[in-house]
Amino acid sequence: MQINDMQAGKAGRAASARPAARPIIAIRDLRKMYGSFCALSGINLDVAEGEVVVLLGPSGSGKSTLIRCINLLETYDSGTVTVDDVAVRPGPNLAAVRSEVGMVFQSFNLFPHMTVLRNVALAPIRVRKLAPKAAEERAMELLTRVGIAEQAGKFPGQLSGGQQQRVAIARALAMEPKILLFDEPTSALDPEMVGEVLDVMQSLARTGVTMVVVTHEMGFARRVADRVIFMERGQIVEEAKPEAFFSAPKEERARAFLQAVLNH
Amino acid sequence: MDLIDTFFNGRVLWDSLPLLLMGLGTTLSLGILSIVLGLVGGLVLALLRLYGPPALSGLWVLYIDLFRAIPILVLLVIVYYALPFVGIRLSPFASATTALSLVSAAYSAEILRAGIQAIPRGQFEASQALGLSYWSMMGDIVLPQAVRIVIPPMTSNCINVMKDTALASVVAMPDLLKQATQAQALAANPTPLIGAAALYVLLLLPMVRAVGTLEKHFAKERR
Repeated sequence: MQINDMQAGKAGRAASARPAARPIIAIRDLRKMYGSFCALSGINLDVAEGEVVVLLGPSGSGKSTLIRCINLLETYDSGTVTVDDVAVRPGPNLAAVRSEVGMVFQSFNLFPHMTVLRNVALAPIRVRKLAPKAAEERAMELLTRVGIAEQAGKFPGQLSGGQQQRVAIARALAMEPKILLFDEPTSALDPEMVGEVLDVMQSLARTGVTMVVVTHEMGFARRVADRVIFMERGQIVEEAKPEAFFSAPKEERARAFLQAVLNH
Repeated sequence: MDLIDTFFNGRVLWDSLPLLLMGLGTTLSLGILSIVLGLVGGLVLALLRLYGPPALSGLWVLYIDLFRAIPILVLLVIVYYALPFVGIRLSPFASATTALSLVSAAYSAEILRAGIQAIPRGQFEASQALGLSYWSMMGDIVLPQAVRIVIPPMTSNCINVMKDTALASVVAMPDLLKQATQAQALAANPTPLIGAAALYVLLLLPMVRAVGTLEKHFAKERR
C-alpha cells in the first residue's frame, strides 16, 4: 500500500521548513473541567506546518479531549485555539475552519446509508461545491491510494474494520485538509487490521501533511512522529523527539508509563 | 336470508355506491392532506424542539403534549363550532384538516425526535468535522437514517390519521362515513354502512400489513 505521490507538492515544502515553520495550530492556555474533574489544565501547544505530533499518555489524561478541541467537537472553558491564524470558535466561520481540519475517529463514523464512494465524495460536493462527477473521480483516486478501490460500491457495514478506517481516512483526505487529526484510529480494530491502517497513516505522514495523532501504538510514534507529547492529568508532562523520548524519558511519570506499555 | 337482505343487500349497495365512492374521495383527500401537513409540521416541531433556541423549547413541548392529550373529536368541535365566535369560520373540510394535522404534527414530532436521537453522536461529529453545513448534516446524514428508523411508527401514525378522518362526519363533512349514513337513511337499510366499513378496511389493511413487514425488514437489517 503506497501513498507516495499524494500531495507531493506539500512534501518538499514541509521537509525543508519543518522545525522553524510558523505554527499551523496554536493552542493557548486551554482549560476544561468535567464537573470537578480537570480534563485540561492550561495546555499550550504549537504544531508547525507539516509536523507529525503524536500524543501519548494514560487513558483519561486528556489527549482525546485536547485533539477534539482543535476542531471544536469538544467545547472548553477558557483559552484559545487558532488554526492557520483563524480562531476556532462557534459562529458562521466554524464550518469553514473545520473543513480544513480532517478528522479520523476511533469508531470510524462512516455514513452507513451511503456507499463507500458517496461517503468520500459527499463533503467535497456539499462544501467545496465540486461537481458530483469530479468529486467521485477524485474519491476513486483516494480509495485507490488507500487500497480499497474495489469496495467503492459497497456499504460501510459490508467492510472490515480496517477497510472502514481506510475509507474514513480517504473521506478526510477528500477535503484536502491542511491538518489531519487522528483520535485513536486503531483502538477499535482487531489486531490483525491495525497494520494496514498504520501503513496508510505512515505514508500520509511522508506527504508532508500536518498530523496530530492520539494513539497507543508506540511503534508508530517512534517511527513516524516528529515530536512526541506525553500527557497526564490534563497537562503536558513532556515533549521530545521520539528517539529521546523512547530511549531516555526525562520525567518520572513518562518513564513509568513507558515501562507499563512497553513491557506487557 | 333476512340477515343478508338487511346487511348485505346487493341492490342497495349498488345504488349507494356512487355516494360511497364520492365519500371515499373526500376521505382520501382529507387524510392525505392531513398526513402531509402533519409530517411537515412534525419535522419543523422536532427540529425546533431539539435544536431551536433553548428559551422556547418549553413552548414546543407544551404544544406537543397538549395536542397529544386532547381528543381529536373535541378539538374538531372546537375548531368548527367555537372558533366562529371569534370570527374564524372554517369549512368542514378546512376544520377537519386543521384538527387532524395539528394532532398529527404533535405525534410526528415525537416520533421524529426519537428517530433523530437514535442516531449515534459520531454521525453528527463526522459531519461537523467535514465542515458540512447544519442543513446538509440534517438532510444528507441524520434525517435519511432517522427516517429509516421511524418508518414503522410513522406509518402507524398515518393509519391513525386516515381512520380519524371519520370523525369529520360530525361537522357535516361529506366523507365516507357521512355519505354512508346518508345512504343508509335514504335506503332505510344499513348495507351502505357495511359497504363503507369494507372500503375503510380495504384502504387501511395494506397499510397495517405494511407496518408489520417493514418492522421485520428493519429488524433484519439491523442484525
